[in-house]
Amino acid sequence: MSTSSENIDAVVITRPKPLLLRHAPYFIGAAIVVFLASSMQFDGYILNILMQATTFAIAVFGLSVVLGLCGQINLAQAAFFGFGAYAVGIGTTDYQLSYWLCLVAGCVMALIAGAVLGLSTLRLGGHYLAMVTISFQQIVTLVMINAIWLTKGPDGVSKIGRPSLFLSSQSYLAFCVAMLALVGYIVWHLPETRLGRAMRAVRDNELAAGVNGIDVFRTKVYAFAISAVLGGLGGGLFAGGFAYISPDQFSFAESIVFLTMSLLGGVASPIGSAIGTGLLILIPEWLRFLKSVPGLYLAIYGLSVILIIRFMPDGIWGFVTAAYDRMRSSKKVAVTSAPLQLKPAATGGDMVLEVTGLSKHFGGLKAVDEVDIAVRRGGVHALIGPNGSGKTTTLNVLSGLYNATSGKVVLDGTDVTTMPPHLRAAAGLGRTFQNIRLFRSMTALENVIIGAERPGNTLTGKGDEAALTERALAALTFVGLGPRAMELISSFSYGHQRLIEIARALAANPTLLLLDEPAAGLNSTEKLELHELLKRIAAQGLTILIIDHDMTLVSEAAQHITVLNFGRRIADGESMAVLRHPDVVSAYLGTD
Amino acid sequence: MDLVLQLLFTGIGIGAVYALVALGFVLIFRATNVVNFAQGEFSMVAAYLMVVCAVDLELPYWLSFIIALAGMAVIGVIFNLGVYYPLRHRTYLPVIIATIGASILMANGVLALYGPQPQVLPGWFETPGIQLGPVYLDSQYLLIIVVTIALVIFNYWFFEHTMIGKKLQATSQDKEMASLLGISVSTMIMITFIYSAVLGGLAGLLVAPILFVSIQMGSTIALKAFAATIIGGFGDVAGAIIGGLALGIIETFGAAYISVPYKDGFAFLVLVLFLVFRPQGIFGERVAEKA
Repeated sequence: MSTSSENIDAVVITRPKPLLLRHAPYFIGAAIVVFLASSMQFDGYILNILMQATTFAIAVFGLSVVLGLCGQINLAQAAFFGFGAYAVGIGTTDYQLSYWLCLVAGCVMALIAGAVLGLSTLRLGGHYLAMVTISFQQIVTLVMINAIWLTKGPDGVSKIGRPSLFLSSQSYLAFCVAMLALVGYIVWHLPETRLGRAMRAVRDNELAAGVNGIDVFRTKVYAFAISAVLGGLGGGLFAGGFAYISPDQFSFAESIVFLTMSLLGGVASPIGSAIGTGLLILIPEWLRFLKSVPGLYLAIYGLSVILIIRFMPDGIWGFVTAAYDRMRSSKKVAVTSAPLQLKPAATGGDMVLEVTGLSKHFGGLKAVDEVDIAVRRGGVHALIGPNGSGKTTTLNVLSGLYNATSGKVVLDGTDVTTMPPHLRAAAGLGRTFQNIRLFRSMTALENVIIGAERPGNTLTGKGDEAALTERALAALTFVGLGPRAMELISSFSYGHQRLIEIARALAANPTLLLLDEPAAGLNSTEKLELHELLKRIAAQGLTILIIDHDMTLVSEAAQHITVLNFGRRIADGESMAVLRHPDVVSAYLGTD
Repeated sequence: MDLVLQLLFTGIGIGAVYALVALGFVLIFRATNVVNFAQGEFSMVAAYLMVVCAVDLELPYWLSFIIALAGMAVIGVIFNLGVYYPLRHRTYLPVIIATIGASILMANGVLALYGPQPQVLPGWFETPGIQLGPVYLDSQYLLIIVVTIALVIFNYWFFEHTMIGKKLQATSQDKEMASLLGISVSTMIMITFIYSAVLGGLAGLLVAPILFVSIQMGSTIALKAFAATIIGGFGDVAGAIIGGLALGIIETFGAAYISVPYKDGFAFLVLVLFLVFRPQGIFGERVAEKA
């Protein structure tokens, strides 16, 4: 690797300034906009458009969290919007309750509905979520129309109240703009928080997120619930702004409008959401004549969705930022971090991993059958066998991606047999995948930070941004990629992507590292580098369980070998003895 | 008891329609791993084609039927080329969003062309029905049930006993392997879309004389059909049919004994119960992504 020192930018990862100071420009800008909204004289028509754009944008921000950040679909945003609107509408008219109470109640109702919907569906695939949210949307519409005693049915609710503080339309608009600015701030910074990173990881690669200690299901439920709350908030503000609501404003068609706004502007960012919302509120106003034909508008929306997905999947804002990113070359990072420390935990006995009688059956196929493996602390243990012998299945059962049919897995004294992947990661298990699984939309550094964030990692100090970054940089430097930390995954070669995956696992300071065919697809130089890397890892006392086909690598690196064939263990013991074992020789070379 | 038998008959008739649409869902899902959210609109578009031919242009009923189904085959081709095929290498999320876009486009395109007024389509037979003991068998319901049975048999024969059916199965199980064996995967996917569009269209033509022909009929049928596939077990052909029938019966009894305005809500309730307690459905196995 040639890194001439002059293109190293020495101040790339600086100590962050205090958060308030860094973000002051945003708040000053927001304050100016709120002031303008409250003081400029708009006529009623402009005021209505601004009010609609502001309240809709909050709901669309919700979509940018669930769809953009977390990759989960929500086709019921109009229903959640309706929860907020009806809470404020019915509450302030029929029950004469305080506006604030109603607004909060609407958000809470949206939250509960979103959480229940998410909890029942998010364990399943994305198709289920799409269909269930559509169904939910239809049910909510049915109730709004038919439960006349509560919602006044198709007539809608009128004379909806506002808080006494913001009685005039102008001041209420300023209040809505202030709320929008606040929500925008939160959504803007969410991706850099722990939760936001987890959401992006889930979106990019669920399996990798799980084995790196992220609770995939909970992350999705959070994203979905946040989206629902923002829908409810937008709806509550909307009801106060327009003083009249009716069921058709919260129909499935409106959910599609929200979706189109989000996709058009760019689903990944609140700026995109704001652009999309603004455009799709303004364009129909300019093209009013189209409204004379019923259906034509939505037909155009439908067509736009197809075209955006095909030609501009990242929306307008994504398009702009991608062009900007191309112009700006990635900065090199001057590595000043301390060398990577590995301090594998040692609470159990002499054996880090004890697997007894492990079986995994797929229907009638016994992919893994009554396998025992004992991995000694501080060594390199290899699991080998011909293709289809059950090695990768074993690793998947060990890391919790498959449930064991029977048997027991004890990691460092803790029985992890029934734990999901993220809890096994928390218990100290790290792994890499045969087919590399990195978070493709993130930089190398962000990938490794997610590793470092593993619950139970004792080497990240307070766990704040600075400590995590330092730990991640140290891990990248350890595998030789420190200077390229800020580059996106797609700019790395295959071999380097493997190294990043290993760095991600190392940053987590695991007790046991599972490597699934790390040498596969590497050229001979890269294999030598990998061998060196394994030696350096083992030198720090980290136990490794490695699967590989490269016999040179296995025989030189591993002190202990377990051999599988047809899902059964056929040999186990000290490397050289195992490799000479007649059963092993015949399994690999055949018998004559 | 008489009422129960009568409701059972009606439920099976409606359920058969859901089963046909669900079958279309499952076939596309198996071929492409994508749920086509515009499947219900195929039924709606076919019903409108039928109204145009049989009512507006006063063509013979059988000829209109054939024209409508041929039209659906063309729409299947356009749908594949315009919506699915360009996105085939992307993840499932963009693809389902595109099919949702297509569903909105189809429903509102028809609305813009034909207007919001629901249309009436006469049934195939002059005779309204026959009285069999205590149960009145409506001729259109009988037709639906007979056609569904015939189609299920045809479907079995087509996939198990014809070369093209076996090629389709091979494609749905492993696209790479299928293409290595000289099967044209893109042709197979095209055939699947045509077949599904025609199936969905057929369901629409059969159910149209019972319901009004309206813009909403597509999304209503699609929701029921999707619920049917989950109840039966996702991706399972027999499950889709059983699930569809079960849903039709549940819904009919629910409307008779519990509430008419919330009739369309029962499917959702049953769906949620299944998702919570038995997400793999009656027949299905839980599908896990391979590591």
